[in-house]
Order: sequence, then C-alpha cells, then structure tokens
Amino acid sequence: MSVRRSLLALFAGIALLLAACGSSGGSEASDTTKAPSSGGGATTTEAPLEGEITVSAAASLTESFTDIGAAFEEEHPGTKVTFTFDSSGTLSQQILDGAPVDVFASADEKNMEKLTDAGLVKGEPAVFAQNQLVIVTKPGNPEGIESLADLADAGIISLCGEDVPCGKFAGEALENAGVTIPEGSVTRGQNVKATLAAVTEGDAVAGIVYVTDAIAAGDAVDTVAIPADENVIATYPVAVLTDTQDAALASAFVDYVSSEEGQAVLEERGFLPPA
Amino acid sequence: MTLAAQIQVRLDGFDLDVSFTAAPGRVLAVVGPNGAGKTTTLRALQGTVALDGGRIELAGSVLDDPGARAFVVPEARRVGMVHQDLLLFPHLSARDNVAFGLRAQGVAKAEARRRADEQLAALGLAAQAGSRPSALSGGQAQRVALLRALVTQPDLLLLDEPLAALDPTVRGDTRRDLRRTLRTFSGIAIVVTHDPIDALTLADDVVVIEHGRVAQTGTLAEVTSRPRSRHVAELLGTNLIQGVATGTEVQTGGTVIHLADAAEGDVFVTIPPSAVALHTAEPEGSARNRWPMTVASIEPSGERMRIRLDGPLPLVAEITTASLAVLQLQSGTEVWASVKATELHAYPR
Amino acid sequence: MLLAAVVALLLFALPLIGLLQRADWGNLLDDLRSPTSTAAMRLSIETSLMATVLAVALGMPLAWVLARTDIPGKAAVRALVLLPMVLPPVVGGVALLSAFSRRSPLGSWLYDVFGIQLTFSPAGVVLAEAFVAMPFFVITVEAALRGLDARYEQVAAGLGASPTQVFRRVTLPLIAPAVAAGAILSWARALGEFGATITFAGNIAGRTRTLPLAIYLQLESDPESAIALSLVLLLVSFAVLVGLRDRWLGGARR
Repeated sequence: MSVRRSLLALFAGIALLLAACGSSGGSEASDTTKAPSSGGGATTTEAPLEGEITVSAAASLTESFTDIGAAFEEEHPGTKVTFTFDSSGTLSQQILDGAPVDVFASADEKNMEKLTDAGLVKGEPAVFAQNQLVIVTKPGNPEGIESLADLADAGIISLCGEDVPCGKFAGEALENAGVTIPEGSVTRGQNVKATLAAVTEGDAVAGIVYVTDAIAAGDAVDTVAIPADENVIATYPVAVLTDTQDAALASAFVDYVSSEEGQAVLEERGFLPPA
Repeated sequence: MTLAAQIQVRLDGFDLDVSFTAAPGRVLAVVGPNGAGKTTTLRALQGTVALDGGRIELAGSVLDDPGARAFVVPEARRVGMVHQDLLLFPHLSARDNVAFGLRAQGVAKAEARRRADEQLAALGLAAQAGSRPSALSGGQAQRVALLRALVTQPDLLLLDEPLAALDPTVRGDTRRDLRRTLRTFSGIAIVVTHDPIDALTLADDVVVIEHGRVAQTGTLAEVTSRPRSRHVAELLGTNLIQGVATGTEVQTGGTVIHLADAAEGDVFVTIPPSAVALHTAEPEGSARNRWPMTVASIEPSGERMRIRLDGPLPLVAEITTASLAVLQLQSGTEVWASVKATELHAYPR
Repeated sequence: MLLAAVVALLLFALPLIGLLQRADWGNLLDDLRSPTSTAAMRLSIETSLMATVLAVALGMPLAWVLARTDIPGKAAVRALVLLPMVLPPVVGGVALLSAFSRRSPLGSWLYDVFGIQLTFSPAGVVLAEAFVAMPFFVITVEAALRGLDARYEQVAAGLGASPTQVFRRVTLPLIAPAVAAGAILSWARALGEFGATITFAGNIAGRTRTLPLAIYLQLESDPESAIALSLVLLLVSFAVLVGLRDRWLGGARR
C-alpha cells in the first residue's frame, strides 16, 4: 500500500510539474535558423527556412489564409503553418492570456491595438487587406430583402456579437442606414462563420457578414449588396508577436501575406487591397 | 366455495402435474421436499404463473383454464398471500400496510385505516400500528403480513413457509396465534411448509407433493398414521418400509419382517424409531425381528439420540443418551436391532 | 487512495477558487442587476425548470421500459437514450436543427400548419436543454427501478391494486429519492447547457440568451460582468447540488 502511495505521489507531482511547465513560454521550437530581424520588413537569409509557426487569424480569413499557408509551405518546404480561426476578440484575449502564438491577423485595428498596448507586438503591424459587409439571405431570397431597411421586419436576423468586429461594423452600417432591428429578432454569433451558419444551416432569415464570407459560402446564400454610403470598411492588420519562438519564420510569413502571391489569393477570395 | 385445482405447469424443464381440492373453513398443508413443486403450485393459484394445462376453479369461478383461454389476472383474483419473506411495504406503516388492500378496493383512506387499526388491535399490535416494518420484530411482522392478506376477505389464503423466517424462540407463540387466526378464517387456507410441527399443528388436510406429482392426499390423521411416501415418513420421523405381505411375513429387499396381524399384497410398514431396540450381541427373547446392522450416523434429536443404521433394511432408531453411552456406539460400530412385531404397523400400499 | 482523491478534488476546486478570486466583489451587485444579466438569469431559470419537467415526464416511462420490459433491441434503445451524454453538445444542436428547423420535414409541417417555429425561440431552448439533460434522469431512475425488488409490485397486485395504483402507491414512493436526484442532476445539466442551445435556439437577448450564452458573449467586452454571472451560476448550482443527499444517489435505501 505504501508503495502505491509513493507512486501516486510521484505521478501527481509529475502531472503538476508538467502543467506548470506547459503554461509558461511556449513549446520548444525545433531547430531553426534565427536570423537577426525586426518584424515587418523583408529579410533575406541564406539558410532555407524551416520550422513551425502558429497563426491566429480572424474567422473571415479562414479560406484565404488556409490557401496562403499551403502556398507558403510549398514555397518553403520544411515549414509548417498551423492556424487558429475565431473572432478577433476571442483570439486577442487568448494572446493576452498567454497563448503561444507567433502571428496575429485581426479583422479590425482595435483588437490589434489591445496587443500593441500590452507590448506584445514585435515591430509595427501591417495592414494587408480590407473587407466590406454584405447582406446574406437564404438561396432565392424568399423574403425579398433588398436593403438594410428590409431587415427590420423580415424575421430573425443573424449578426455577429457586438464585440466581434463584423458585429461592430454591422451595427455601424445599420446606424448609417438609420435602421434599427428589434433586439428580439437578432441572434448573435460568436464569430462570423457561426453567424453565417445561422443562415445557411439554421432558420435565420438573413444576416450581415463580410463579402468574403458570402463568396466562400457560394450557392448556400444569396447576397444583397449594401450601398457604399452605408457600408463599412474593415481594415485587417497582421503582426508578429513578441512571444514568437521563430521570429524569422514568422516575419517571412507576414511578408508573404503582403507579397504579390499573398495579395493575389486575398483578391481572389474577395478581399479589397489594403488602401 | 371450494377450490378445485388441476395444475399442469412446465417451467425450466420442471414438470408439475398435481390435482387436489380444498374446502372452506379448513386448512390444507402442502408438504414435500425442496424442488417438489410446492411454490409453483402456490404461484399458479395466485396467478403469477399461468397454467399450461388443467384448470383452477375457486368458489364457482374459473381462475385459469388454458383450454378455454380463460385467465384471471392476479389483481382480480380473490386470493390472499403471505410470502416467505413477508414483503411488507417498507415505506408504509403497519397500519397502511394492512389498509393497502382495502384502499385498492376503493375504500376511503380514513375508513381503511380505521379497520386496519381494529384488526391490529385484535392481534395485540395496537402499539405497533404506526411503526414501519423495519421496526417490527419477526413475530409482529408476520402477524401484520397475515392481517394484510386477510383484510380483503379473500376466498383463498396462501401461506408460503409462514414461520420459516422466525427465531425458534418465537416460533411456538406465533404458530399458536396463526392457528387461532386460521381457525376464524372462513375461506380456504393453504399452508406450504417443511416443518412437520407446522403441518401437525395447523393442518386439517394434507397434500404431499414429490417430484411434481401428488404422492398422497388425505386428512392429517390419515396421512400421519399411514404415510405413503418417504418424505412424510421423514416428516413424522418414522421408518417407512415397502414390501409384499403374505400372512404375517413381509418380504422386503431379501429380508423378512414379521407382523403381529396378517396382511396380503403390497404394503407399507411403519416402525416407530423408539420401538427399535439396540444390542451389542444378538439378542435372545421373543422378538422375531432382529437384524445385524452397522451404525451409519448419530444425531441428537431433542433429548434423545437418533441412530441411522445400515443393514438388511434401512432403519432409524431412537434411544436415550444414557443407552448410547452404555452401548458405546460410534459410526461403524456393529449392533443388532430388534423390533417387536406388535410395534409394527402394516397397511396396504 | 486518499492522496489521489485529494488531487482529484484540487482539479475541481482550483478553477472554482480562481473564479472567486477574480471576481470584482465591489461591483458585483451592479453587474448582476443590469438588464442583460437579469434577463439572462430569468430566462435560464425558466427554461431549465421547464426542461427538467419535460425530462421527468418523458424520462420516467423510458426508464420504466428499460428497467422492466424485455422489448427487442433494448440495448440499442438505451444507447440511443444515452447518446446526448456522449455527443458534443454542438453536435446535439446540429442534430436538433436537422430534425426541427424550418427546412426539415417536421419543422416545416409545424410551421405551415401551426405557425410554430422551434428554432430561435424559448421553446427551442427548452427542447435543447431537455435533449441533453434527459439522459441523466433516465439513467438514475432506471438504476433505481432495477434495484427495486419487483416482488413488492407483485404483492401489491395480489392485494388487488391496478397497475396504475401499483405504480403510484408502491413503485414511485420506493424510487422517490432517485427520482429527486435524477431531476436535480437534469436541472443542473440543463442550466449549464451552451452548445446545443446556441446552435439550435440561437443567441437572442431576452429570448434565447441564457446565462451560459450571456457569459460567453461578455467574456471579452465585459469580463467583470461575465465573471459575476459565472459566479451566480456557480453558487446556485453548488447550493442545489449540496442538497443532493448521497443516499439519494445510492438508490432507494432506507
């Protein structure tokens, strides 16, 4: 019995120790070449890039960044880019709480500012794309929605949460149009993909998401454009974080996003170029 | 108001085929060895086991007749049961246990409780009326279970080993109470029991079931004076031997038993154990029944000793402890057993 | 054994102690009295109670069938009933959508004939919560019914009680502690449900935004308020569960 007790104590101790180790810093990086660099500017190194980085990106970047990541890995064999897609607010909070992330791409400047204010951003963030909002409806637009004003009495409308960038922007757009949707008709999604799903999978009559999300949804939705004077431009910054374990690789990725190849992908997916 | 039962049940490879009748105001004891089919008989009467063949008719109505596709569910039968484990409802007081059957019949709660209290008081249980079964003694619980079954005035009352779970010290008192209560019961009472004293005390009539068949029926007097099965003989603690009589001689398994009175044909012979005398050497004297035996086992029985003997015929003898000491008997000792012809009793099989 | 139990206890206690520690006790009451908070709390209590009633009403016959009958395919039935316990709640929500959304046969029929739309409604919340909570009730009550000596019911029948009377006056009282425990466990599960609710009933303030949804939504914008609401959830659940006597969880033993 006492032998078992000692073993249990040992295991408990190891478990606690591992937990403590895991929470501080990040995982050990595999061997990389650390080139002296400051984030943002392009850096050329002689040694080929290799290693792994984690990128947290706004949900609206799901399709485009997945494509960019694959292209990057193809161009630099031996590298691996892992993505976490969620609302910019959720991701920035995770980073503030110490999540081991190398690169952050946000759907608004406010969430990036939270990180720069906290001293977590290496160098200067770079704006790499812009986006606009659009109304999505069920295929065939059965409710005959033609403008933001029609949303006020069409039924259940799906919007992002008020603190998710697309939700904030949707609120601004509605204000610009002078439209108020009764609170009892608004269902709030945790991120833009969930907001979209409420229309494609659920019973929401319509929703407001980014143009890029509507394009990604294809036939699953019909779109109704929002006039430019009501619409809101979303600005997307990207930055390397100070906690990165592989600054060279992280910078290379950020550069790639702003490069010709990266921009081509973004444009194809419906993003507007950075102003 | 009689019970006419022809019970045929096939269950898990066991084959029961018994027929008997029972009359109201009389107590029928169902006796037999374990596994003989007594409990299955009770369950068929109660309705928890359906007949495969035969017919059960109680007080003029048919309870079960597979041939006529007639079957009355247990809750519709006027049959009361006291289980071996009593099975008093643990969450109800003694009073509410007794009142349960009345309330099931639609009697109002207050009235049902009043009548239950009456019945409990009649058996001296007034102070226990509000107690839960877990707070009752074995004897008290048994009486409550009996009242619970009787309060709905069933036509047939079944008791399954009613005293088996009781402490030997209270068994006697409870048995007397039970006897008194059953005497006042106007319906048919059937008691299943292993205990010979139960049967002897409570029963008016007896049915002996062995291996799923009726081995003997009759009044208590008939069955005990002329047992026709080993089980009853053992129940009564007597020796029972089968043989063929010609005159005063009975041939059994190569041995001859000498009778006092002549008989003819197939017979049972009973030999009371107390009539078997044991000797260390071949006895002299007039006893013509004497056989060399070997002691198989020695058991105390009350204040006497029962000696099982192996020999030309199997015998059990009952002697005093003093005699045992004098004879210096042990397992394996050789002795002579003798029985006076006048102590034997032979009757046709 | 004791040491392992202590480690396990820490696993539960540390996160909760952390929550208590992070709370802004000064502003707690203000946070809780805000309209969004009170609306979420009221909605949570109403829907979780109704979901529990539904779980008990439907779960009792299910538990009976599983414990007392010998229907063919009983193992499959039991697996089906317990499935929501194993499925990620969001999957449960998606499943409910495919069955009841207005695009499903059943859902469109309900809407066309009765004007009933379960999605995005408080009724939808109740349905989602009942879906995840009912297995807890069924499993608790089925165990109690199995442990109950079936002979008591036979005795009651022998005394002339009809099946309904037997159930009401013998079976139910003897499994009452398990029924209570099962109901409380169901209620606790319903109260904390998130994934199925947000997927099926959506996140509409005052109508489907239960306490867990409100907490999630406020986690970035107003962490203090979120934590205050979390504490409410924590303390209410704790208080009720403390009342869960361990003899109830052990079955009908007296």
